[in-house]
Amino acid sequence: MSKAAELAALIGSQSALSNRNLIINGAMQVWQRGTTIDSISGGGYLCDRWRNNFSGLDGNVDIDRSTDVPSGQGFFYSNKISMDASESSLDSGDYFQLQHRIEDQNLTHLVKGTSAAKAVTLSFWVKSSVASTYTCSLRDPGNSRQINKSYVISSANTWQQVELTFEGDTTGTLDNDNEIGLIVGFDLDAGSDRTSGTFSTVWSDSVLNTRVYDTTGWLESTSPEFYITGVQLEVGEQATPFEHRSFGDELARCQRYYQASSETTGNLLFFSGHVDSGATYFAKEKLTVPMRAAPTVTIGSELGKDGFAGAPSISWQTTQSIRSSNTANANSNQGYYFFQYTASAEL
Amino acid sequence: MNGITITNAQYYNDFEGNQAGVKATIDGTEMFVPLDPANQHYAEIMRQVEAGELTIADAD
Repeated sequence: MSKAAELAALIGSQSALSNRNLIINGAMQVWQRGTTIDSISGGGYLCDRWRNNFSGLDGNVDIDRSTDVPSGQGFFYSNKISMDASESSLDSGDYFQLQHRIEDQNLTHLVKGTSAAKAVTLSFWVKSSVASTYTCSLRDPGNSRQINKSYVISSANTWQQVELTFEGDTTGTLDNDNEIGLIVGFDLDAGSDRTSGTFSTVWSDSVLNTRVYDTTGWLESTSPEFYITGVQLEVGEQATPFEHRSFGDELARCQRYYQASSETTGNLLFFSGHVDSGATYFAKEKLTVPMRAAPTVTIGSELGKDGFAGAPSISWQTTQSIRSSNTANANSNQGYYFFQYTASAEL
Repeated sequence: MNGITITNAQYYNDFEGNQAGVKATIDGTEMFVPLDPANQHYAEIMRQVEAGELTIADAD
């Protein structure tokens, strides 16, 4: 695309020149949970904000941060999805869908449910080991609405850019809150539970068997691989160049949904002071950024303690802080504990 | 969230003795879940409680 065409696309996109990408971590820069896993759980995350939904699979789903990216686009990483075993035969309920979930209150400018409802365009770079016709979808679970589009990967193991425009939805309303407003779905493959109906390409009530264009053969293929990066969802009927945001900007956006403490950043469950055996002590840890909802907290590795026998418990958490508590088992003028934690407020 | 395994659910209190959350083993990991309806784990805990699939013990 020429510079003049890029400018024209931006002006014609009916969208802001910055902060127009509704996708967080679309360039797959942020991986707070790690960069590789050999068997992710259904509904689990590895790459921040990218949820792996699947069911009924014979093999394990492997997720990796990959440096295999489309050349010349300015991306360092892609999200690689692969299987360690193929499906011997695809059952009706088998499926894999990569999801990105967006909050209601970040979508109010789509003016959903009115005659002025705005179209959005999804663009992304993709490479798959299986050439086939794949599906992307938008699903509004609050109103049980869906719209689906198909796209063709014509050459296996070749990067290509995909652009799909979804019309505005004039039915239903989005609340101005922190619940799920939209699920952007990338279907890698699915059995007949999701493919047996007439593929629905306009906004309609959610019906499971109309969601996916067809079985792609990806799950039954030998050593299937799927790479994706450069994902952008924006208002308007045409894709604009990918909005490259800074790493710090993307990290902070991701931390609204998940935060992992570390020794190097120092944001630990931490207490220090005089302790008496049998007494319980409380400590408050401020979260890195305010989270979407009060988070689920998991206590991680111990980095040190004195005067305490075990790990602390959590006594309270809000969107902005965590309070830990622990009971001393010895008298000490310099009692302390340091523990790592994770905080999750995913949609 | 459907399909996750939740066991050993028990309320925990804040330092003033008020109910503050549910400690539970979720898919094999101990987690502290706040009483926030927007928290997906709490929503699933309450779904399982209402379905009669899970009981939450009182706080110690």
